[in-house]
This record gives sequence, C-alpha cells and structure tokens, in this order.
Amino acid sequence: MSEPAVEARGLRKAFGKVQALDGLSLAVPAGSVLGLLGPNGSGKTTTVSILTTSLRPDAGRATVGGLDVVTEAARVRRVIGLAGQFAAVDPNLTGQENLRLIGRLSRMGRGQARVRADELLDGLGLNAAAGRLVRGYSGGMRRRLDVAAALLHRPAVLFLDEPTTGLDPESRFALWDSVRDLARSGTTVLLTTQYLEEADALADRVAIISAGRVASTGTPAELKARFGTVVFQLDFGRQQAAQAAHTALVGAGYRPRRDGADIQVRSATGSGELAGVLRALDGRAPDPVSVAVREPTLDDVFLSLTRGGEAA
Amino acid sequence: MTTIAIAPRQAAASRVRAAFSALAGALSDTADVAWRNLLTQLRTPQALVFATIQPVIFVLLFRYAFGGAIRVPGTNYVDFLMPGIFAQTVAFGAVGTAVGLSGDLRTGILVRFRTLPMARIAVLGGRTVADLARNLLVIVVMTGVGFAAGFRSPHGAGGLLAALGLVVAFGYAISWGFASLGLRVSDPEAAQAAAVPVVFLLVFTSAAFVPATAMPGWLQAFGTHQPVDALVNAERALILGGPAAHDVLISLAWSGGLLVVFALLAARTYARMGR
Repeated sequence: MSEPAVEARGLRKAFGKVQALDGLSLAVPAGSVLGLLGPNGSGKTTTVSILTTSLRPDAGRATVGGLDVVTEAARVRRVIGLAGQFAAVDPNLTGQENLRLIGRLSRMGRGQARVRADELLDGLGLNAAAGRLVRGYSGGMRRRLDVAAALLHRPAVLFLDEPTTGLDPESRFALWDSVRDLARSGTTVLLTTQYLEEADALADRVAIISAGRVASTGTPAELKARFGTVVFQLDFGRQQAAQAAHTALVGAGYRPRRDGADIQVRSATGSGELAGVLRALDGRAPDPVSVAVREPTLDDVFLSLTRGGEAA
Repeated sequence: MTTIAIAPRQAAASRVRAAFSALAGALSDTADVAWRNLLTQLRTPQALVFATIQPVIFVLLFRYAFGGAIRVPGTNYVDFLMPGIFAQTVAFGAVGTAVGLSGDLRTGILVRFRTLPMARIAVLGGRTVADLARNLLVIVVMTGVGFAAGFRSPHGAGGLLAALGLVVAFGYAISWGFASLGLRVSDPEAAQAAAVPVVFLLVFTSAAFVPATAMPGWLQAFGTHQPVDALVNAERALILGGPAAHDVLISLAWSGGLLVVFALLAARTYARMGR
C-alpha cells in the first residue's frame, strides 16, 4: 500500500463565477472503497470528472494509479471505469451492442469484447434483456448496464457517480451487492452519493464534501464516534413546545437541533446523560411526547457539518 | 559499434510502428463509432424518413409549384433545378451533424467516450462518416424522384456521377463545420436553430434555384463567391454539359479548404471541452 490508487491535492475548478472545487484533497488506498458524500452542488461530479480525465482542474494535481490525470490522461483512461448519472449508454442500441461498442473502443479485440460483454450481462442479471434496445430498459436495468460498461476492460479503479440516485430500493440493493463483489475482488472504488446510508453500507472510508472541499474524513464508525456516541430524539408533538425546549437546552449548554416538533441532542458521554437533558427541560418546556435514544447516523454527522459551527 | 549504428534506426522504426498503430486504432475507432451512429439512425426511422422526405418535397415543389413560373433559357427547369436541390440537401443534411453531436453531449455518451482509451478524433470522424452515408442514401432517393419528375441529366451518367461526387464531398466538408457547433450546444433544438439560418443564407443566395443574374448586384457579390454557389455551378457544368474544369476545381478547392479548416476547428473544440 505504498501509493494510493487515487490521490488529489488542492484541486480547484471554477465554472464562471461558481467555485465548484475549492482546494479539494483526498486519497483512496488501493483496493478500498471511498464514499464521497455531499449534497447537490457540493462538487462531487466535478471531482469525478477531473479524476476521470474529462475535465481539467484550474489548479491542483491528481493521480490515478500513480498517473497524472492531466499530463498522462491517455494512460489513465486505460485503468479507469466510470459509471453514473452523467455517463450514459446508448438508448438506441441493445445492451449487448452497447457493451461490445465500449469494449471495442477500449481497444479489446472483437472476440474478446463479445466474450466479456456476455460475461458482464450475465453477472449483472441482464442476460434476458441483452438483445433488447436499451430505450425499453427500466431505470435499474439501465444503471446496471452502465456499471457493466464501466467494468468492461477490468479497470483497476472504478468511479461511480451517484450510481443509485433515482433507483427503487430493490435495484439499489442489487447494485450495492455488485459493488461489494467488486471491492472484494480488489477493485478500488470511488463512489459519490447523497445517501448516507449508502456510504455507510459500502465505503471503507467516507469523505464528506461541502462547498468544494473535504470537510471531514474517516471510517463511517470514526465519523459517527467523532460526532457523539448517542443521539437523544425528543418529540414534542407541537413546534411551539419544541421551540421552548430548544431555548431551554441551549441555556443549559447543550447543542440541540430542532426539526419541526422534533429535537435532537447529541451526547459524547452516552445514554446516562439523558437525565441531565430532561432536567434541563424541567419547568421550562412541556414534557416530550416521546423520547428515543439512538446511535448517530451519518445524517447527524452530515447535517452538523454542512450547517456549520455545530461540530462537536 | 554496431549497436550504436542500429539503435537510432530501431528507435525510428518503433516510432513508425507506433504511429501506424495509432492510425490503425483511430480508423478502427472511427469505424466503430460510425457503425453505432448508423444503427442509431436506422432505429429512429422517423428522423431518417424526414431527412429524406424534405428534399423530395422540395424537388416536387420547385418542379411543379414554382417551376412553371421560372424560366431558365436554354434548358429544362428540372435539369437546372436538380443540381441546386442536391446542394441544398447536403447543406441541410450537415445540420444533422450538429444535432447528433449535441444530442450525444446531452445524453452523456460523450462523457463516457472521453474517459475511454479511444482515439479522440473518432467521435467526430465516426459522426461525419455516418452522416455521409445518410447523405448518400438521401441522394439516391432524390435522384430517383428527380427522374420520375422529368429530370434527364442531359450530359449522361458520367457527368451526373461526377456531380454527385462533388456534392458528397461538399456535404462532408460542411459536416465538420457543424460538428464544432454541435459540441458547443448541449441542446439539439438549439443546435438546429443555430445551424439552419446559415444554410438558408448560403443556399438561397446561390444560384441553386434561380440564376444569380436575377439578384441585385450587392447580393450577387456575396452569392457568387460562396461554396454552395461554386458547387451548383460545377454540378450544372457536369450535368448540363459545357466547360466544367474551372468550376469543378473551384468547388473542390472550397470543399478541400473548408474540410481542413473545419476539421481543425472541430478537433480543437473537442480537445478543449472540459477545460
């Protein structure tokens, strides 16, 4: 593990006046899965575009497999695969024709491209639809074909840009299984997603990206630990009551987050702190309708980071 | 000693081999992309049908609706008309190059192509070659309709084929011109809207439908110094008979010059995407 499979340092990219990337740095160790997590417009796709050589950074450097994505772009293209929201398959070709075309353009021989295409159609459960035009595919099938196209030349590094956005749960889980299989077979994966659940399920490490730079990074467990060990979720039934509770908790030195009639309080020390929280409310706000103690999700981490200032 | 003498020769040989293999790769990629574009066109037959119907309607319209009112001394109007319609057809056909590429830009296929280890020029080469093939099909159909409507190509088959060769060459050259446009607009309708006026201007100021002598002087000055006019004149010389060499050379010079300029421009546009 001498050299990371993907490394970016200080990437900057502006589109007109919009600074899409503002000094983004990240590293993906070979054979691991990195989840790049962020809301729309945070710079995920821009990052992927630069790393897959279709976009040039204004400043900064990036390497994939040790090769510079700008000066050695042609060689980078031999080791990468890209699937996702903006890399498409052709609706007017069949699944099989799409894959054979990509295979040929990846400089595989005709026979080799055919064999590999069939292998992937089989592996991704598209066998029955292989001879049908892609315009008749469901969203999930199209996405799987897209992933197959990215895998055709057995890339060492796979980029998946929001691979499950807009998919139904069943298709999403099927795609997750494929990604896990790939990771197990040693492929390095960089995956962008808006879904915290997805990063949690697939990624060895997560980089949270906000306003064009990495705001926080770690394993899913580390990130959760860093942002508290438990979350108390208090439901007050009415927004007004929740507002009063919010004020009371802030006054007692907590950092609550209100969401409608719900209040969430993070605690670093554990569930024992619940007593203190309730005591802070005593007499200052109505009693909560329900109280739940739960583990923090990446959602909690994410919201605290992107709302700024709230990070523990 | 021998190694010193041989090494540079080997290096040169391997450079030549590398260049040949790059060229072979580019040709193979171009063929693959062209095949994909042709399949795509065949599978959206509406587009193909309209691409064919429009020129056919023009032939019939000009032959029967306007033809009676337009007198061209010394020839049958339909024989005068067909060279103009051929030129118009490939000029409009080239708009398809812009529309096709901007469609590929919108669907994201171009993003995928840009991350593949393929020759970059193949995206443009494959598109223009496929559009060339479509032009050939449309021209064959039109020629048939023309003959049914009274076109006789008085100077014989050789003249007609030579003229059609010029037409196809011109169509290919301007396809590259519209390729740059298509790469800049990720909306096929916008690409079409931008391309059509250019074509109208070139076609209707040329001698495609009426002799240039019928236009006011200032318009003639523009109309007679542009590639569509050069093409139409060369075609007429070949189809109707008469001294052709001069007009043919001028048309070939236009097509060759435009091809070089437009291809460089389109290649540059493609290379600069994503900067």
